[in-house]
Amino acid sequence: MEFCYIIDVLNKTKRRAAFDRPAGGHVGTAMDLIGRDLACVRGQREIFAGLDFRVGQGEALILLGPNGAGKSSLLRLIAGLVRPTEGLVALEGGDPELTVPEQAHYLGHQDALKPSLTVAENLGFWIDVLDGERAAMAEALTAVALDEIADLPAGYLSAGQRRRLSIARLVAVERPVWLLDEPTSALDAASQERLAALMTAHLAGGGLLLAATHGPLGLAGTRELRLGGRA
Amino acid sequence: MTALRALLVRDMRIALRVGGGAMMGVLFFLTVVTLMPFAIGPDLELLRRIGPAILWIGALLASLLALDRLFAADHDDGSLDLILMGRLPIELAVAAKGLAHWLTTGLPLVIAAPVLGLFLNLEPAAIGAVALTLLVGTPALTFTGLIGAALATALRRGGLLLPVLVLPLTVPVLIFGVAASNAAVVGPVPFGTPFTILCALTLASLVVGPFAAGATLRQGME
Repeated sequence: MEFCYIIDVLNKTKRRAAFDRPAGGHVGTAMDLIGRDLACVRGQREIFAGLDFRVGQGEALILLGPNGAGKSSLLRLIAGLVRPTEGLVALEGGDPELTVPEQAHYLGHQDALKPSLTVAENLGFWIDVLDGERAAMAEALTAVALDEIADLPAGYLSAGQRRRLSIARLVAVERPVWLLDEPTSALDAASQERLAALMTAHLAGGGLLLAATHGPLGLAGTRELRLGGRA
Repeated sequence: MTALRALLVRDMRIALRVGGGAMMGVLFFLTVVTLMPFAIGPDLELLRRIGPAILWIGALLASLLALDRLFAADHDDGSLDLILMGRLPIELAVAAKGLAHWLTTGLPLVIAAPVLGLFLNLEPAAIGAVALTLLVGTPALTFTGLIGAALATALRRGGLLLPVLVLPLTVPVLIFGVAASNAAVVGPVPFGTPFTILCALTLASLVVGPFAAGATLRQGME
């Protein structure tokens, strides 16, 4: 229990430090997510090598490329779920006490929802685990238009609704870096527009994002990173 | 702390809702223990003598029953990725999941054991001893099982891998659990000696289990 207590105290200090920072945006100084000389080998196959990128505050980097080009691998690598064979990922100007994954949201192919829990319980769980504030839940559910079915078990949701509930997590807990893998999959036109608005607001608030996609995201002024597929 | 509590509450909720595994363990325990007299025959003296061992074997198998999905379910729906990315150390997350699993699967076995002890013609003293040793020993089974559950997830092999890996590791717990139960009734060793060793085994597994399982999960995500 003492160990937990120490972690609790550490977290509280961290949170207090976050309050002491100058207002406006996520952090006072400019923030850059950089990847340098990244290489990734999966199952003895080199997926990419010598990859460099830099994403600044308010910028969106779109990852393009055919299936198997390494878009998902790159996102998982930044999220700390795959270790790079070479190179490093860093968030310059971010919180020096936290790792890059701890400052990032990862929206993968799976929605990370439990069918037997309700919409509100699923979101509430992730808010608690990701160190967010429960007060942000209602607003986040409204942002993805799921507020009316907050008490429905997630098992009854459609694929698009599950995706939206997953996206609500990004809205409810503030993180400067968003890593989105095919964020528009299963979303209808209205939901895609809503997602575009959320991404625009995130960028305007000083965040940055990387998204792997095949279709248009509806964002203005994005940069592209094309990954080559090697057979 | 909030994150730990959230993980504990979520896992218990899932286990207790429809389709969760909480009651399955107790039902399996009941089935195994009721089958034994059919196999052994109606010799009440014999049942009384081997009763504690039957209860322990039943509890051992029942507590490993639902364990293989503990991390696999979170891996399949992507939750494990987010838990690994989070600020909560994975060892503590694993321990919270283990505790939730014990509270929903192990504790019901301890509560059911005295009732099943009556089926086996155990004396009150033996029933008390078995319940006490199970209360102390089942956490060791769960937390040792965490390692197997993590390995089954990391290697993407479900089902039988877990019992094959974990059952040999639970032999010491079984030996001292049954020895303490028997000591309380027939002697010749005092109850305290094997019981203290059982407590030590549980404490060791509470520490080793989460760290080993956490390291396995981190490696297995590659």
